[in-house]
Amino acid sequence: MISQVFILTSKGDHLIFKDFRGEAGVDAINAFYESVTALSGDQPPVVMTHKDMHFIHVRQGGLYWVASTKTSASPFTIIEFLNRLTALTKDYCGTLCEKSVRANFALIYELLDEMVDYGYIQTTSTDILKNFIQTEAESSKPFSLFDLSNVGLFGADTQQSKVAPSAAATRPIMANRGEQGGKNEIFVDVIERLAMVIGSNGIIMKADIEGEIRVKCYLPNCSEMRIGLNEGLSIGKSQLRGYGSAVRVDECSFHQAVKLDEFDTYRIIKVCPSQGEQVIMQYQVCDDLPCPPPFRLFTSVERDSGNRLLLYLKLRCDLPPKSAAINVSISVPVPKGAISLSQELSSPDQRAELQPKNKAVLWEIPRFPGGSQLLALFKMEVPGLSSASLLEVGPVGMCFELPKHTCTGLQIRFLRLTPTQPGSSQRWVRYVTHSDSYTIRV
Amino acid sequence: MPYLSTEETVKELKRALSNPNIQSDRLRYRNYIMRVIRSMTQGLDVSALFMDMVKASATVDIVQKKLVYLYMCTYASLKPDLALLAINTLRKDCADPNPMVRGLALRNMCNFRMPGMTEYIHQPILTGLKDKASYVRRVAVLGCAKMQSLQPNAEIDATIVNELYGLLRDPDPVVMVNCLRALEEILKHEGGVVINKPIAHHLLNRLKELDSWAQGEVLTFLLRYKPRGEDELFDMLSLLDGLLHSSHAPVMAATLRLFLQLAAPHPAVQADALEQARGPLLATCGSQSRELRFAGLCHVQQVLRSQPAQFGVHYKRFFCGYSEPAYIKFRKMEILVELVNDENVGLVLEELRGYCTDVSPELAQAAIAAIGRIGRTYSEKCLDILTGLLGLKQEHITSAVVQTFRDLVWLCPQSTATVCQAVEGCEESLQDSEGKQALLWLLGMHGGQISNAPYVLESHIDGLKTEMSSVVKLELLTAAVRLFLLRPAETQDMLGRLLHYCIEEESDMNVHDRALFCYRLLECGLEETRRVFQGPKSDPCMGVLTGCPQEPINSWASKFNTLWLLGASEVVPASSDTAASDQPAHSSQGDALAEAVDEQLSIPEEGQQSPDLSLGAPLSHEAFERHWLELCVTHREALGFQGPPSASESLQAALQLVKIQTLAFSRESTTPWKAYLYTHGSGTLILAELLQDESEAGNSSTGLVVSLKQLPENKMAIQEFVSVLRTVLQTLTKDGS
Repeated sequence: MISQVFILTSKGDHLIFKDFRGEAGVDAINAFYESVTALSGDQPPVVMTHKDMHFIHVRQGGLYWVASTKTSASPFTIIEFLNRLTALTKDYCGTLCEKSVRANFALIYELLDEMVDYGYIQTTSTDILKNFIQTEAESSKPFSLFDLSNVGLFGADTQQSKVAPSAAATRPIMANRGEQGGKNEIFVDVIERLAMVIGSNGIIMKADIEGEIRVKCYLPNCSEMRIGLNEGLSIGKSQLRGYGSAVRVDECSFHQAVKLDEFDTYRIIKVCPSQGEQVIMQYQVCDDLPCPPPFRLFTSVERDSGNRLLLYLKLRCDLPPKSAAINVSISVPVPKGAISLSQELSSPDQRAELQPKNKAVLWEIPRFPGGSQLLALFKMEVPGLSSASLLEVGPVGMCFELPKHTCTGLQIRFLRLTPTQPGSSQRWVRYVTHSDSYTIRV
Repeated sequence: MPYLSTEETVKELKRALSNPNIQSDRLRYRNYIMRVIRSMTQGLDVSALFMDMVKASATVDIVQKKLVYLYMCTYASLKPDLALLAINTLRKDCADPNPMVRGLALRNMCNFRMPGMTEYIHQPILTGLKDKASYVRRVAVLGCAKMQSLQPNAEIDATIVNELYGLLRDPDPVVMVNCLRALEEILKHEGGVVINKPIAHHLLNRLKELDSWAQGEVLTFLLRYKPRGEDELFDMLSLLDGLLHSSHAPVMAATLRLFLQLAAPHPAVQADALEQARGPLLATCGSQSRELRFAGLCHVQQVLRSQPAQFGVHYKRFFCGYSEPAYIKFRKMEILVELVNDENVGLVLEELRGYCTDVSPELAQAAIAAIGRIGRTYSEKCLDILTGLLGLKQEHITSAVVQTFRDLVWLCPQSTATVCQAVEGCEESLQDSEGKQALLWLLGMHGGQISNAPYVLESHIDGLKTEMSSVVKLELLTAAVRLFLLRPAETQDMLGRLLHYCIEEESDMNVHDRALFCYRLLECGLEETRRVFQGPKSDPCMGVLTGCPQEPINSWASKFNTLWLLGASEVVPASSDTAASDQPAHSSQGDALAEAVDEQLSIPEEGQQSPDLSLGAPLSHEAFERHWLELCVTHREALGFQGPPSASESLQAALQLVKIQTLAFSRESTTPWKAYLYTHGSGTLILAELLQDESEAGNSSTGLVVSLKQLPENKMAIQEFVSVLRTVLQTLTKDGS
């Protein structure tokens, strides 16, 4: 059972404080904040104990979301509850940040009041909760430079007409209540996270994909949605369908509300989406990537006469020519004490800088079309360079986004709503692959 | 908000809230109420506005109502008299046709944490339990628990308990789960809600209707149920089988815990459950939420301690991600060390090797230590990597490597030769004291195999004046003496200088004394010194100990899916629960004794209870005093007897018979007259003070007053104690008259 829930900014300001059981006073917040800040490093452990109180917190949107309890409750439950709270906050307020929480604190209090009574979770379903929530969300201001940086997220620049602006999915679900201006939209996102380790000889050491189908629904009344996946989709190692190029996942699980009666034969999942965001299917692929890895890196490290280190990098993007990776950043660890980077990059929109604090060179590429390759040469002065120092040029880490691309090849064939929505309902299907962790050994 | 002091803010808000212009403008009024709540959240004391907020509660605007209720629940305990004003509105709302309003009012009324609240909420709760809207019933059920917590000393209301047991059959699943929760709290002192066979089966049958939170909780309640016979057990488990694959981590973990605990006598079933839950458990380790990932990793680590083979194939899932926070990386490294086997050792080591040059020194050192741990089994490969790392000549890496070497040499003597070769020449890049100590230990122990040992030692002795750490100096003394025993010719001179310096100039007493000790020992002759200083050079059997054997699953099954596994330090166990459930076993004996005593004393009929007091372990005066000062009075009652009992000795004897120990009492004629008593009963220690204060004769009707303190609290025991005391005093006064 939960004793208190509070939300703090990273500076320790109280945004929300709700005491469900009256077991401890407001001092608990300070006790928590002190123990968080007393720890070294940015990432404190999840569970902390002060006197007889346990504090469990998650960090999202730059905020601490904390639950405290006196009993030894299930950690999974409390962490999932806090995650659910953040998700609901996002649903109701549009975005998840200090500003939106500050602006909508009354709404969040209302949510908490309905979600938890006397420390016991009552309900967290958006459908049920929306009957009780009366406060209207205050969305953030209509225009900001900050939003512009997200425009390319789903490839808005390539197919202007067919792609929803990225801000479309970040509005509160209940705004425009009573007005007819609210757009009837539904977003179905296939999101994959790729974790790879590639050995120095180019052999794939590890390749895991965690994927999910996420529905974000703004339709006020939608009775059933049918989502058709690839017909050749096979699940598990033993099962094979079709020939050769079948799409395969190792394990998958579905949201409780999903009906699977047509899944086995036609690969159709049926679901009645409730308003807000929910993950309807999760799947994993381990150790067997159906496509070549999106990036290959060829490095050569040389020691110049004296204390100069030469680093040649050749990065190849093996995506199909139509797609492209965006926001690619490559972090190459370099020997300690490296100074004065000089660089040769192949195009002006790329950037590279030496970060002495992380002892790494960070190379950023805003857009990287499939099938192309980029070259870079970095020269560094390293005082006291020895041959052993070359060992410090360690595993290269990469971060990127692949819009309109799934590594498993999972596709949504169709998306049907019943009853057919009158008029203006819009359906969006979006694909994106994120790098969870992409490491290439040198 | 401008930086105003609390007082000014409160004043300003008060002015605004009582301004009729603002009151008539709904939105502006609500905005000011929001500001009050905001200030409250920020920690300002705005309780002075209570009156204005009570006024604001009389509104049809539900948003405003909710805000005001939130305010009132926070401050009701500070302003109980004003809070009573709001109760009328709330009670009226409890009869509103709209179930949402009814539920809201009832919930908030029960949340007022002030003592006199019970009489106002009792009736609405009873009505709420029978409400036709499930929303109101949910609130009312938890309201019962809140009511109990408001007056913890009160008798448990049996009708409410029965009502709640009945509501377990409620069609609404949340009402059902709330009933379990409420009963658990109300019956806390009696060991919580009873899960008998019909209830257990009812819960199992309805598990499918519940949402995942409730499922997790019901599964935890089911832990308490002991199935009769194996058939029932296996029926139960096969019913729950599917939940092991739940995509919802809390449900999966709760189910797994239930499997592990219920199937405690069947290791094969436990192993099978772990096997089945492996996929979902691994999925949580790769979850998008870092915190969930961490929780998953902690549980995987625990499973590994019992079943090392379980995750061996999946070692790649525990490779650290590039952007993961340090606390996850540390866990993953620990897991990698534990699941290493002949097949994956090469790849795991290669991965760990990559972490050794990490930017964060802590992470790099942990990675090196992890390689060292693996080195206890696969020494050759690890030694290669570690030796390679010395080439980097970085302080923190070299220090960690040398420390790892020391541990390796101690546990695996076969690695000595390689280590001795490797440590030559690494002394320049050692700066921290831990690293130096490790190197000095190696030089002393294995100086015979390290060719430049005397030179390294000499450079340390020459730099002694600048050495800050006394621990390093102590290690240096030991190492010098040991090396002297191995290579006397090269070391004699420097040992002399070292001893001279430490005895004559060293200010640290520890070092000084150790030096004197070494000096005197050397005077006793070489043989004696050798016997003292040259112990065994390694202890391979330690490796068996540290290579910890597999823990049995049952040793941690009860900890599974609790905060304990995530490193929460154990809180003092909820003593009331355990004590209450442990108690009946040894109290029956007390019963018999007490009854025998009853007969002897010829206690009147109404005194025929079964008090279970016992003398227990004797309490010293000091201990009594300490307890008495620490605890606060839980119960005070006037017993209605005039004057102290005639003879204190007879009182003491009589009390002894009913298992109450008299610690001290004043002489008969003194005023005020006092006696201190103690006893053990129902798992608690009761301390009592009897006081007859004549000086306050104004209200002489009070007579003899008893004050009780208790550790831990237990209402029942207090009542029993008082009734026993009363009967004893009655008997005595009757005898006296």
